[in-house]
Amino acid sequence: MSILPRTQRGFQITILIILIAGAVIAVTPMVYMVSTAFKPAAYVPEFPPRFIPSNPTLENFRTAFASRNFDRAFFNSAKVAVATSFVVTALASMMAYAFARFEFPGKTLIFYSVLAMMMVPTMMLIIPQFILARRLGLQNSHTGLVMVYAAGGMAFNMFLLRGFFEELPRELEESALIDGANQFVIFTRIMLPLARPALSTVAVFSFLGAWDEYIWALTILTDPAKRTLPIAIQNFRGAHATDWGLVFAASLTAVVPTVLLFIFFQRYFVQGISTGALKG
Amino acid sequence: MPAQSQIHARPRRVPLLAGRLSRPAGAHLRYRWYVPYLFLLPGLSLYLLWMVYPLGYEFYISFFDWKIMPGQTSQYIGLENYRRVLDDKYFWLSLENTVRYTVVTVIGQMVIGLALAVLVHRVFIAKRLFRAIYYLPVVTSWVVVSFLFQFIFSSHPGGLANYVLTQLGLLSAPVAWMSETKTAWVIIYTLGIWKGIGWSMVIFLAALQGIPVELYEAAAIDGAGEWGQFRRVTLPLIRRTTLFVLVALIIGGFQVFISVYLITGGGPLHRTEVVLSYMYDRAFDRLWFGYGAAISYILAAIVVFISFVQMRFFRQTDEE
Repeated sequence: MSILPRTQRGFQITILIILIAGAVIAVTPMVYMVSTAFKPAAYVPEFPPRFIPSNPTLENFRTAFASRNFDRAFFNSAKVAVATSFVVTALASMMAYAFARFEFPGKTLIFYSVLAMMMVPTMMLIIPQFILARRLGLQNSHTGLVMVYAAGGMAFNMFLLRGFFEELPRELEESALIDGANQFVIFTRIMLPLARPALSTVAVFSFLGAWDEYIWALTILTDPAKRTLPIAIQNFRGAHATDWGLVFAASLTAVVPTVLLFIFFQRYFVQGISTGALKG
Repeated sequence: MPAQSQIHARPRRVPLLAGRLSRPAGAHLRYRWYVPYLFLLPGLSLYLLWMVYPLGYEFYISFFDWKIMPGQTSQYIGLENYRRVLDDKYFWLSLENTVRYTVVTVIGQMVIGLALAVLVHRVFIAKRLFRAIYYLPVVTSWVVVSFLFQFIFSSHPGGLANYVLTQLGLLSAPVAWMSETKTAWVIIYTLGIWKGIGWSMVIFLAALQGIPVELYEAAAIDGAGEWGQFRRVTLPLIRRTTLFVLVALIIGGFQVFISVYLITGGGPLHRTEVVLSYMYDRAFDRLWFGYGAAISYILAAIVVFISFVQMRFFRQTDEE
């Protein structure tokens, strides 16, 4: 910063101080969670609060994984999130391709109906979805989770992918078509590989959405063996005495994969949310 | 996707019948009429089954004294559910709480989000790092952070909030945050703002990065200082983004549920209930499904109304 003029330097330092203060506020709760996860039997907070545990232990993680189907919940969440991510990416990209490249009767009507449904708060539909799931025998079934998660994310992701497809040049498809390829070959061999950045965005967003989803899972899962992570974490939160170390060890296990995904795919996160903003 | 592989296997030499052009003259994209529908079919059927059909079905349910238990018959009661909801003081309280939550958290997220975006935009180093750190709370699960904030706002003197605030002299004695509705809301509001800032910050930042530097230079030549540049260049140019963030946050605010459900559970005596937590309570605790459906429809009507107002507003600002 020494190359900056004096006033600029003062300005930059002020900005930095404010930003660092903000960053401290943003991460302090998380750091506190991490440290509590490594503290033994934390039924009440320590006084004074300590960010570095005085005698750190892995006991909480051991207890968490030994009890109440927690490892099972981790596996269930992974399974549901991967399946949701796959279904959304596949189906939303097919829909997006149809809207981006074809003209057909009903196109405008279907497109705007799907878009209009995005305004409806998802949780508002939980009552009829619950009745439907019961009727279809999908209570306690991960298929029921995946279908609702995929349907809920369909519109937004389709919209995001359609924008991406529309910007791809048509020449590639046209030459492939002259070579005799049909539309499905063009879609899978040409469009999808070109759309990899957008597909990654969709895949990551849908994975996280399913991984963290709580309400629908809470509503249709009663079988302890079927539970997903958010429900399992909730079960560690006792009604009277809560071992917070245990709660946060479980929480940390759920949060770490999402944070890793976020760090690796940061670019796509930014892309995904700003696309929504600029086109919305 | 079996449908797709079957089509792959079909011989390519089948003549193209009734092909339509996807774009005017010069294009070679010919396809049979049903091809686009095949692309839509899987996604659209899922969407129809789990989104569109429930939307209609819920409307139907809202006219019944709905019985979920087998063997009981649901009774048609016309508009009775809506009438009862509108007479229900707890519904109005939950709506008031929801509006209050929305106002507080939307203002907090927008003001702080924009301020941070401006600063991150101007800082010379570690831009990406700051952006990532501020976004971190956004990617963390609501369930986890709800418990985390409960712990931080513990009534114990060693609770992080109590400790920090007493040390800073902002509190004279530790507060039992959960014992009063007012202070319980402080937890929920703080959580809502803390978790949402990163989202609005990232969107504002993207908008700021789209403003040409020349405009600031021109404003500076005209003698505008930092604040003048912000008011005369930045604010007018990010107006669309501001509106988008505003509306998205309002809609999100109306859908607050998990933090309330896990932190106060709507209690004591429904005093901290928000619309969705009250709906969930009526439907899944009392099994008043028709009643819950009516609440849902009223909430959806409010949200859709806000979206329409926003769209009109967008159109107006575009014409200007």
